[in-house]
Amino acid sequence: MTAFQELRLDGVGRRFGGRDALSGLSLTIRQGEFIALLGPSGCGKSTALNCLAGLLPLSEGSIWQDGARLDTLPPERRGFGMVFQNYALFPHLSVRKNISFGLQMQRVPRDEVKRRTDEAIRLVRLEDHAGKLPGQLSGGQQQRVAIARAVVLEPSLVLMDEPLSNLDAKLRLEMRTEIRRLHQTLGLTTVYVTHDQEEALSLADRLVVLRDGRVEQTGTPQELHERPANRHVADFMGYRNLLPMRVKAVHGSTVAVDGSGMTLEGTPVGKFAAGDEVVAGIRPEDLHIGVHGVPVTVEVVEYQGRELAVEARTADGVALHIMAGERPASGDSITVSADPARVLVFPGGVA
Amino acid sequence: MTTTLDRPAPARRKIVASPASWIVWGAVVFFLVNLAGVIGSVVVNSIGTRWFDTWLPESFTTRWYASAWTEFGLFDVLVVTLEVAILVVGISVLVGVPASYVLARRSFPGRRLVYLLFLLPILMPPITYGIPLATVLYKYGFAGHLAGVVLANLVPSIPFVILTMTPFIEQIDPAVERAARMCGANTRQVFVRILAPLLVPGILAASILVLVRTVGMFELTFLTAGPDSQTLVVALYYSMSAAGIRAQQSVDAMAVLYTSSMLVLLVIALRFVNPTQLVARVKEDPT
Amino acid sequence: MTRTALRHRLAERGVDRQLWLLVPGLACVLALFVYPFAYGIGLSFQPSEGGFLGAYRTFFADAYQRDTIATTLGLALPAAILNVAASVPIAYRMRGRFRGKRLLTTVLVVPITLGTVLTAEGLLNYLGPAGWFNRALMSIGLIDDPIRLTNNYWGVFFSLVITGFPFAFLLILSYLSGIDPTLERAAATLGAGWWQRFQRITLPLLAPGLATTFCLTFVLAFSVFPSAVLVGDPAGETRVISIAAYHAAYEVYDYPLGSAIAVVMGVVELAVVAIVLGLRSLLYTGSTGGKG
Repeated sequence: MTAFQELRLDGVGRRFGGRDALSGLSLTIRQGEFIALLGPSGCGKSTALNCLAGLLPLSEGSIWQDGARLDTLPPERRGFGMVFQNYALFPHLSVRKNISFGLQMQRVPRDEVKRRTDEAIRLVRLEDHAGKLPGQLSGGQQQRVAIARAVVLEPSLVLMDEPLSNLDAKLRLEMRTEIRRLHQTLGLTTVYVTHDQEEALSLADRLVVLRDGRVEQTGTPQELHERPANRHVADFMGYRNLLPMRVKAVHGSTVAVDGSGMTLEGTPVGKFAAGDEVVAGIRPEDLHIGVHGVPVTVEVVEYQGRELAVEARTADGVALHIMAGERPASGDSITVSADPARVLVFPGGVA
Repeated sequence: MTTTLDRPAPARRKIVASPASWIVWGAVVFFLVNLAGVIGSVVVNSIGTRWFDTWLPESFTTRWYASAWTEFGLFDVLVVTLEVAILVVGISVLVGVPASYVLARRSFPGRRLVYLLFLLPILMPPITYGIPLATVLYKYGFAGHLAGVVLANLVPSIPFVILTMTPFIEQIDPAVERAARMCGANTRQVFVRILAPLLVPGILAASILVLVRTVGMFELTFLTAGPDSQTLVVALYYSMSAAGIRAQQSVDAMAVLYTSSMLVLLVIALRFVNPTQLVARVKEDPT
Repeated sequence: MTRTALRHRLAERGVDRQLWLLVPGLACVLALFVYPFAYGIGLSFQPSEGGFLGAYRTFFADAYQRDTIATTLGLALPAAILNVAASVPIAYRMRGRFRGKRLLTTVLVVPITLGTVLTAEGLLNYLGPAGWFNRALMSIGLIDDPIRLTNNYWGVFFSLVITGFPFAFLLILSYLSGIDPTLERAAATLGAGWWQRFQRITLPLLAPGLATTFCLTFVLAFSVFPSAVLVGDPAGETRVISIAAYHAAYEVYDYPLGSAIAVVMGVVELAVVAIVLGLRSLLYTGSTGGKG
């Protein structure tokens, strides 16, 4: 397939029975980029992927590939590859025939079909299983067949729909590395859909966070991790403590907020005045146990390998999630504090 | 069947069962004994000579089969039966499978109405629509010929194919079709290369079941057949209700032939479908 | 642009070119089922005499004709109820896996292949005055004279049981195997005995399936025709409504009356089905926790 310079989504939207599943998605994908669409289930990320693939017609907007309109083409003529969540292997065809199916559809000469299929099988290390049917393979092997089937056509764009969600934790980590490796060695352009922020952060060059069919934020993993644009993105990026509070005072680059039985200094995201309702977001690992700060009572302690996940409660009964280095016991009274640069203050109220 | 190792084997039932299970098994045995009696008496009669007031006939013979063959023109009847059955199966599969695909996969306005429309011919006694249908077919000159018999038999067969195929189609993951499209296959190629091979067991099952139903369908064929388009059941009915003209034994011989051919068909069908799987879409052997 | 917009709007509601695949099937059903039915209904309102409702008046005014409804229901309802009621405990016993289950289900399919005529022949031979059944009863001394079981109500009733019971049994067995067995085990851990488990857990989950099975068995029994002629008493006790319809249309050549009787037959049958399905809709009809 001919590679493109850029693929442009222009106000793409899709309605199902009058309900907007996706609206106003504008995005430019550059050649060689790895883009992750991230969001909770029902946020429209799979809809976006299917619209891009051509499996769903658009309700509004358009898709352009280097100035040529793409959204009017049927899926089989867009030249994209796709990896499905449950792999969608052809159950009646062997691994080899699954992989060569697309080449045969394109009427590639027979010896070239064989050569490219062999190459793809080698790439995903399935030489010993080429003659087997998909039902005889393990989940990880099926996943590799699905990837080989998608990349053997050398597509200009590979679409992946939560490809790791059906695998167990260990295999998921292995396949994650495998996908990144393939992306780099083959120089693919990839759009990857997931609800797992860790997966998205580790794989993607750029992330698009979706909620209720709308884009909440687009940026590099670092930008999103450190500067989430609002509390929904923050929630998704691991800010487990989202505390409803009220602005007490604004001093230059920080604000003082109180509520939920504590007073904190934080960095504002947006403009605030005293008395505004806000939400303070803090990651569990940014709350430190020390001598001064907010007094809390430990309730639950979970052992997580190097660290301990602690759930504690303030005097007002608000739960706090804390990462601790050493083991506090359930019932202990401790004090916690956070660096103002690590406390993000978002607009509160209904949003 | 191969991956059942991790499932604990069900505890063996106690041999001395409760009174309730004695009653249940007794009822089954009673039913089966009487069923065997019903079938056995026909089989015995068909190979017996004189049989009055004794447990078994005086002696046995095969001549009733020979006379059934010659007397009833059984060969012609069989040819007609086969022609009707093959035509009905072919047409109803060609028409029914695409329709069941749409009904299984898609939602569209009026889907429930369409479904009801396809269900009605199965829910209604054949006589109720057979009489007006025969009247219409006579009006247009189809009835009395093979064409009329085939057309009449399509009425329950097409819905039957649709109902049988629906679970088979639903078992196929729609993502497989999308995957084929992403591999560059167009609609026709998706049907030919992906769906058709996956649906072969379902189509075979539906075909054989329709075959059995069509060969066994009395009412519709009876109402629309002419003298030279009778199928086996209808010929049997006529020879039986014209009692006294034919020897009863040769009617029995014919009935035995009919049943054994039906049985062969059905046993073949059961290799493809589990009878208990036709209604509830349950996999008995977890894989 | 407006055409594409319209296409979008239709596609959104699920209308696109793929629906053409439905057309041949719909055309067949419309041409061969709906049209003849409508034609028949039309015909039933145009009798040669008696005006608009003449054919129906003829049918309902004549007790010999009218009573065929009761006769048919008198055969079909008890037969369907017996078939379903007997199937439930048997299927409940057999829902697990045991050796020979496949053989048993295959044996039970045999009666479906028998066809009406062999069943009729067999019943005449087997239950007749000199048949094996009467001989067996007499030889063990239960009766002194042969009891009459053919060419009357019972002959037809037995033929309905022979063809209907296996059908009901297979359906109910499949519904039962669709109920997740862990549900009953869960109930057992909560202290329910087998009767409580059956009555409080299995039966409510099975009830919608029972209703469906009853309907299908009833339809089968309601359409009784050849066996009513062959093993019954077609002029008296088992003059069912299909005989009346056939007689009117093909022996008297009174097509309007034949159509009218067919319509009455359809209405009565659908009324019973509608009542049962109406009751069914009051029941829980969601997932039964089975795989599938």
